[in-house]
Amino acid sequence: MRKLLILSGKGGTGKTTVASAFIALSAARAWADCDVDAPNLHLVSGAFTKSIAKDYHDLPKARIDADFCTACGRCHDVCRFDAITVGSVYQADPIACEGCTFCLHVCPEGAITMEESKAGEIFLHTREDQVFSTATLKMGSGTTGKLVTAVKDQIKGVDAPLAILDGSPGIGCPVIASLTGSTLALMVSEPSVSGLSDLRRVVASALQLDVPVAVVVNKADINSKQCAAIKRYCTDEHIPFLGTIPYDPTVVTHLNEGRNLAHANSPAAVAIKAIWERTAALLEVL
Amino acid sequence: MIIAVPAENQSLDSPICQSFGRAPFFCIYDTGSESSRFLDNTAKEASGGAGIEAAQLLVDQNIDALITYRLGENAARVFRAANTKLLKAVNLSIADNVANFLEEKLASLEDIHSGYHHG
Amino acid sequence: MAENLTIAVLSGKGGTGKTMVSVNLAAVATGATYIDCDVEEPNGHLFLKPKVFEEETITIGKPEVDQRRCDGCKICSDACAFKALAVVNKKLLIFPEICHSCGLCYHLCPQGALIEVEQSLGVLSKGYRDDLLVLSAELKIGEPSGVPLIKALINNIKGGITIIDGPPGSGCLVHETIARADFCLLVAEPTRFGEQNLALVHQLVSLMGKPAAVLLNKTTGGANASEEYAKANGLSIIATLPWDGQLARTTSSGDLAIDGSEHYRQYFSHLLAQIVEEARRA
Repeated sequence: MRKLLILSGKGGTGKTTVASAFIALSAARAWADCDVDAPNLHLVSGAFTKSIAKDYHDLPKARIDADFCTACGRCHDVCRFDAITVGSVYQADPIACEGCTFCLHVCPEGAITMEESKAGEIFLHTREDQVFSTATLKMGSGTTGKLVTAVKDQIKGVDAPLAILDGSPGIGCPVIASLTGSTLALMVSEPSVSGLSDLRRVVASALQLDVPVAVVVNKADINSKQCAAIKRYCTDEHIPFLGTIPYDPTVVTHLNEGRNLAHANSPAAVAIKAIWERTAALLEVL
Repeated sequence: MIIAVPAENQSLDSPICQSFGRAPFFCIYDTGSESSRFLDNTAKEASGGAGIEAAQLLVDQNIDALITYRLGENAARVFRAANTKLLKAVNLSIADNVANFLEEKLASLEDIHSGYHHG
Repeated sequence: MAENLTIAVLSGKGGTGKTMVSVNLAAVATGATYIDCDVEEPNGHLFLKPKVFEEETITIGKPEVDQRRCDGCKICSDACAFKALAVVNKKLLIFPEICHSCGLCYHLCPQGALIEVEQSLGVLSKGYRDDLLVLSAELKIGEPSGVPLIKALINNIKGGITIIDGPPGSGCLVHETIARADFCLLVAEPTRFGEQNLALVHQLVSLMGKPAAVLLNKTTGGANASEEYAKANGLSIIATLPWDGQLARTTSSGDLAIDGSEHYRQYFSHLLAQIVEEARRA
């Protein structure tokens, strides 16, 4: 199975706009929303006939039993995550706690236990021969990298030639987790100094994991000078540049109504179709 | 020789599990006595590092070879340190894979995927 | 403004205008501090162009083993919650990219065979743009977590007005960013995508007990899902910033809106005054 991942570095450049159109244009049978921090792909994926929800568990978190705590402070001294709050009895903050168990090992009173913690929910939606994997992160939970891996695992065994993954902004753990094992990372950039600065960092992150990259520029006509700078960067770095998408106010109208751009006729939709064909051709040779 | 295989069910007729770290069971097959037993994969629910934990579990069973479809880089590092033979599973039951292994028909496992699982 | 106030600018969804709002707010304040907590993709310095006077490497400790001392007892690998350690043939294997640097293994090792070695996680830089102190940090490529960089950044809050430019999302980096904030300004765009992610970050700031208000950015006069969300959920709307192609061009070129436009200078001065007022009431 080839895995096409859509990334951007900078947020809000149009990853989900491109991913949702590609899913329809390629008639993909498997896709996933790896932006578990701020998922949106479900809004433009249509209705499904069957959905399976599963709890996703993080490492168990520390809990201090107030009846046994003598406020000796050892747990506080060893915790590197600032997860122990000081008081007449000490308390463990389940948001800051990463579940390392250091506190449990040093507590002389045996007052600390590790309690199972739900970190979110993973969903597997299906209709006919299509599957869509997505997740929601419980507020205050922070294990996004592992949750991304769990989201990807749900479509791993699907018998389909192509899976499309909608990624998250940035270059940290969720992005690294989404890049792992991807065939190609298509970077949706925007023509701004921020867009280019962020693009450089996300391209470096992908190449470090040996994932090939290609670039498109969305809303290209907002700043043609910056768009040219991105093209030049791609030429200099030998990165395939697969095209530009013009700023098109009808995009928002479509997405707000829950429709992807695959069958629209607007300037942005036409450009995305051409870019899909080039992306498909590139995927063939990878 | 002791061979480990990730198993969907506790039976030699079971298909090999597509996932290594998240496999429900491991079949431990002893070619000397032609006997098998099944281990619960205690790592399968791990919220990260499942591959390393599962590899540690099997290395502790002193296995000589592992037959699997896929393996992460981290688990592969554990097996390499233990000199475990890594073989690519074919789409057949555990028993048939073991038979193929004995006839030296299994290819060595080449496609090690990067196994990133940080929180 | 003598008063101490730390304002975190957040959005949930990326690209709603957090950095544009943050840098312009910081630039109109007097003697303020701007902190860019988007350590994965820091952009504030592109607009503020500070004169950097100090750079500091932020490090994180990872275990290394002294094989002569290690007897392969497995105490550390059995205890490691993240499974970053394994023992094969009495030899310890370490997986540093899985390690969370909790420190437990050094504490447990009966042989004293584990040594903590500091590794670079990124660089924190301090600079001035006139009287504005500009702090930013850049996470090293391939490092999974910028949390220690954010902790180092917010330890520099020195009083007065501090504007924190937050990372997108509502995950661990955002928790860390708002831990010391007095007030959260949520920047939202009118789309349904924007509204969904505004709801998430609003839930997070509510959970953390932080007063917050929303700035409706890129409004067009048409339907505004974020506005509807704010009204339905008792989230105060502090201001509206209509879509402006000229502003988009200025920002995409890396320029400050307040520099070329008296309108925007007044807009952001007024916005800052409103935030101070709203934070005081809260």
